[in-house]
Amino acid sequence: MKLREIAHSRTGDKGNTSNISLIAYSQDDYQTLKNAVTAEKVKAYFADIVKGEVVRYELPAIGALNFVMYGALGGGVTRSLALDMHGKGLSSAIMDMDI
Amino acid sequence: MKTIRIGGGAGYAGDRIEPAVELAQKGDIQYLVFECLAERTIAIGQKQKAADPTKGFNELLADRMHAVLPTCIEKGIKIITNMGSANPLYAGKLVAEIARSLGAKQLKIAIVSGDDVLDMAMNSDVKLDEIGKPISQCNKQIISANAYMGAEAMVQALNNGADIVIAGRVSDPSLFLAPMMYEFGWQPDNWEMLGKGTIIGHLLECGGQITGGYYADPGFKDVPGLARLGFPIAEVDEQGNATITKVAGSGGNVTVDTCKEQMLYEIHQPDRYLTPDVVADFSHVTFTQAGPDRVEVRGGNGFERTNTLKVSVGYQDGFIGEGEISYAGPGAVARGKLALEIVKERFALCGFEPEETRYDLIGVNSLHGDTLSQSSQPYEVRARVAARCTTKAQAAKVGNEVETLYTNGPAGGGGATKSVKEILAMDSTLISRDLATATVDYLEI
Repeated sequence: MKLREIAHSRTGDKGNTSNISLIAYSQDDYQTLKNAVTAEKVKAYFADIVKGEVVRYELPAIGALNFVMYGALGGGVTRSLALDMHGKGLSSAIMDMDI
Repeated sequence: MKTIRIGGGAGYAGDRIEPAVELAQKGDIQYLVFECLAERTIAIGQKQKAADPTKGFNELLADRMHAVLPTCIEKGIKIITNMGSANPLYAGKLVAEIARSLGAKQLKIAIVSGDDVLDMAMNSDVKLDEIGKPISQCNKQIISANAYMGAEAMVQALNNGADIVIAGRVSDPSLFLAPMMYEFGWQPDNWEMLGKGTIIGHLLECGGQITGGYYADPGFKDVPGLARLGFPIAEVDEQGNATITKVAGSGGNVTVDTCKEQMLYEIHQPDRYLTPDVVADFSHVTFTQAGPDRVEVRGGNGFERTNTLKVSVGYQDGFIGEGEISYAGPGAVARGKLALEIVKERFALCGFEPEETRYDLIGVNSLHGDTLSQSSQPYEVRARVAARCTTKAQAAKVGNEVETLYTNGPAGGGGATKSVKEILAMDSTLISRDLATATVDYLEI
């Protein structure tokens, strides 16, 4: 199953750090997300992009996870050579992850 | 119980203007807040101000004021904004001029400054977080240093009868927290209420991002009417409970899911969201759909604020040179790859060594690299080379090498473009809170 079938996501940026939320459409799927999408798995998924650590925070009250990815934006929005210097597209990329 | 309605009139410097006009005319709001400063915006403003002392504020300030002031004056809607950017004083003067030209009588404009800490940062040689060294050892030309200020000076301005509050660098949620503190008498050490108000401010600060903007994904997350997206309204009561909504009949939608996405936008540790006002705790917030386009927000909290303020430091960091060229038809990707290889080899032959270089095939792997981009062969592809260089002349070489592919590269290359842009980079540091003091000045009509 693709992550897109049970969850949605938004990315934000602060300096050279990107955060990706992962929100279960149904509270019933939160536990599935929590078991399947670990910080290690996200770090491996974005191996080409994320240079630093990935930290996962849990928000059971809204059935969501928040991944903070350090060194993910090519030096940050102002210095990055990337086309998507904010990393806005990262939330779409994670939707294709198999769980 | 007393409630107020606050509208979020902009989510960034260049945002649409019509939704703010719609909020003023049909939103039944008492406050219209425009959040218009991204991390880098104020550094750009400082450069503009250095070239012309009457510039350096938001470039759409006059357009926005012409559009919303007549209604705001007529209905007594107060305006709060950080559109002052690097030059709140001249922004205030311009707003006064526009108000006069509209025939306004008895209008009080408050100008909040004190966020510019460049001299202090230079004198005390602050250490920059990302570079990891004090300013004196960075070998960079520092352009700006602005501290994120809290809500208190804006509350003071409202207490003194301001109709319009124009600030420079204040934290985004503080713009929204200020009217709540003023209206409900929340004291600056009432951490729980300040935390609740900060969460509501965070939900509103990106304008349409909570009403369906930055959300739509056809077939999975459908959003109606994005071309006429309505901007958000928070109905807040004195207990810090809120309902997020928008003007009836406007485009977009407010749902539990749009609210959840926005709450997690640009936050890190959910139970420690630091602002100058409070350490807000988002971890127990819940959302309930109370009706169409009406979502109740509950469960916010806050803890004692820290003794430091975040400072954004802007500096010159050389130039980015960029060149692009397109290939189409059978073998487009192979020719695009060949084009990039040629430019790479040319750089080596010329002894050209930029600080950092990037080679993309747009339409193939330019956003997320090779691993995530294993798709079928596209019909067309655009080769892109970008490099960060110390001089403008070096940066210009990047685009020139791509352009020479016309007559020296693979078959059928077309539409070459090139550009050079100056890099205005940002870093940050923390300073003791007592090193920056907000001040309020008034202009009266």
